[in-house]
Amino acid sequence: MKINKNVALSDSGFVFNPSTGDSFSTNPIGLEIIKLLKEGKSMDYVKASLLKTYTIEEATLERDCYDFANMLMKFKLTEADEKAEN
Amino acid sequence: MKKLHYERPIIQRLNVGVMNKFGTKTEYAPVTHVDGNAVKGLLAKYGSPLFVISEKTIRKTFRDANRAFKTRYPKVQFAWSYKTNYVNAVCNVFHQEGSWAEVVSGFEYQKALQNGVSGNKIIFNGPDKSMEELTMAIENNSLLHIDHLDELYMIKELATKSKKKPRVAIRVNMDTGVYPIWDRFGFNYENGQAWDAINKIILNDQMELVGLHCHIGTFMLAPSAYGLAASKLSDLALSIKKKFKKSIQYIDMGGGFASRNTLKGSYLQGMDLAPSFDSFAEEITTAILNAGFAKDELPMLVLETGRALIDDAGFLLGSVISNKRLSDGRRATILDFGVNILFTSFWYDHKISPAQEFSQYSEDSVLYGPLCMNIDVVRENITLPPLKRDDQVVVHSVGAYNMTQWMQFISLRPAIVMIDKNDKPHLIRKRETLKSIETEEVLPAYLKDFKL
Ligand SMILES: Cc1ncc(COP(=O)(O)O)c(C=O)c1O
Repeated sequence: MKINKNVALSDSGFVFNPSTGDSFSTNPIGLEIIKLLKEGKSMDYVKASLLKTYTIEEATLERDCYDFANMLMKFKLTEADEKAEN
Repeated sequence: MKKLHYERPIIQRLNVGVMNKFGTKTEYAPVTHVDGNAVKGLLAKYGSPLFVISEKTIRKTFRDANRAFKTRYPKVQFAWSYKTNYVNAVCNVFHQEGSWAEVVSGFEYQKALQNGVSGNKIIFNGPDKSMEELTMAIENNSLLHIDHLDELYMIKELATKSKKKPRVAIRVNMDTGVYPIWDRFGFNYENGQAWDAINKIILNDQMELVGLHCHIGTFMLAPSAYGLAASKLSDLALSIKKKFKKSIQYIDMGGGFASRNTLKGSYLQGMDLAPSFDSFAEEITTAILNAGFAKDELPMLVLETGRALIDDAGFLLGSVISNKRLSDGRRATILDFGVNILFTSFWYDHKISPAQEFSQYSEDSVLYGPLCMNIDVVRENITLPPLKRDDQVVVHSVGAYNMTQWMQFISLRPAIVMIDKNDKPHLIRKRETLKSIETEEVLPAYLKDFKL
C-alpha cells in the first residue's frame, strides 16, 4: 500500500490531505507507519521493523496494522488503485 | 537493546471548528486508584467487574447535604431511600449518620427493621402495601404515607381492629412547573383531592394525621420547583391548623435532587448542571419559613434524598474484553459489564476513565457490554485512549439505582466492596454463584433425566 504523495506529515502527528482538505491526528507509532509507507516501504517491512522496536506479539501487531491500514484507506490517504492490497 | 512500550496505532479525523459529539477531554485522566486502593489490586482480589463504594464519599456528601439544610432550618430529618441502594452496609452508613429509613415495599420494610431501625423511624411509601404489611407497620408505629383512597380505607379498617392509632401522612402531587406532573402517585393538590383526603382522615379520627408528603420527580434540575411544592404543602398544613386547630408534625419533601451525572442527550456535563444542596435547601426552607407558621409550630422537614447522596460514592470497575472496528469505521470496545449491571447507562452518559497510564492520543469509540443483545450499549460515543484486552476502566457515579435495579441476566452479578475511612476494603456483597441463583429453583422429578 502507498500513501498519497501529497499527504503532509508533521513530527507532532498532524496529517493533512490537501486533495480532500481533511486533517487528522495520529499517535507516534501511527506516524512511524505512515512515514515508512510514504517512503515506499511495504507493509511487511513496516511490521518487521515495528516488531524489532516494540514489545508486542506478532499476532496483535498484525491485527492492529490491518485495522490501521483500513483506516488509512477509509480516510483516502492511500493511492486509490492500491485499495485491494494490504 | 531494550524494546519500546507499544501502543496501538490510531488515526483520527480532526473536525476543525465543529463541536464534536464525543464529549470533552475530562474523561482522559487515568484513574488508577479508588480511595487509596489500586484498581488492579481490587480486581485481582475480588474479580472483574466489581462495584466499589467509598464510605468517605457517602459520609462527606451526607454531611454537606445535612449542613445545607440544618444551617437554614431548625428541625431537619433525612430518611434513607432504600430503593436507591439497599445493600445493608450502605444503609447502615446512612443510619449511623442519623438517617431514618424510607421504604416502598414490605421487603424493604423488613430490611430496615433488620438493620435495626426502630419502627417509628421508618417511612412507608408507595402504592402497594398489603394488609399484612400495613398491619405490621401499624403495630410498629411506622409512618404510613397514603398513596390512594383504597389504601386509606384499608388502614381505616385495620385501625378499628388495632389498639394502636395508625400514624399517617398523605402523598400530595401538584403542579410545580415541571412536567410531566407525577400525578399517578398520591392525591392532587390543585383539584382538591388532597384536601378531601385530609378531611376524611381527620374527621374519621381513627388515624393520626402526622405529616404531608410529596415527591415531585427525580433528577430535578430546578430548585424553584421545590420552593413551590414546599409552599403548597405549607398551605395545606396551615389550612388544617385553621380548620381543625391541629398542627402537622412534619413536611416531607421526598427525593429527586439531581446528581452530577450527565443525562443522555444533555449538551452540558452534569457536573456543571446539578444545583447544589444549598440551592435546594434555600428554596425549600425559605418557602416553609415564610409560609406563616407560628415559631413553635414549625413542622419538622423530612428529606428522602436518594441519588444525590449516593451516586458519587459508587464506582464500577471493569475490564476490556476486545476491540472491534464497526462497518462504518467506528472503533468498538467490548467491556465485561453491560446494561445488566449498569442499568443507569440507559439514562446517563457515564463518565468512564481508563485505569492505567496512556499517551495523550485518543479515538472515538462505542462501548459495548458483553451481553448478546443489541441494546447492550454502555456509551454510544466516547473519546478514549486506545484500550486493549485486559486493560481496566473505572465508571464514575454509579452508586444510585444500579445495585438495586441490576439484572441477573446471562451473567452473575458481581461483588460489592466498601472502602472504609482508613482506605481498607471490605466485601459487602459476595459475587453471585450458580448456587445463589438456583436455590430458588425447583425442578420437578419427572424432568430430571433425559437422553440426548
Ligand atoms: C417516594 C420517593 N422518595 C424518594 C425517592 C428518591 O429519589 P431520588 O433518588 O431521585 O432522590 C424516590 C425515588 O423515586 C421516591 O419515589
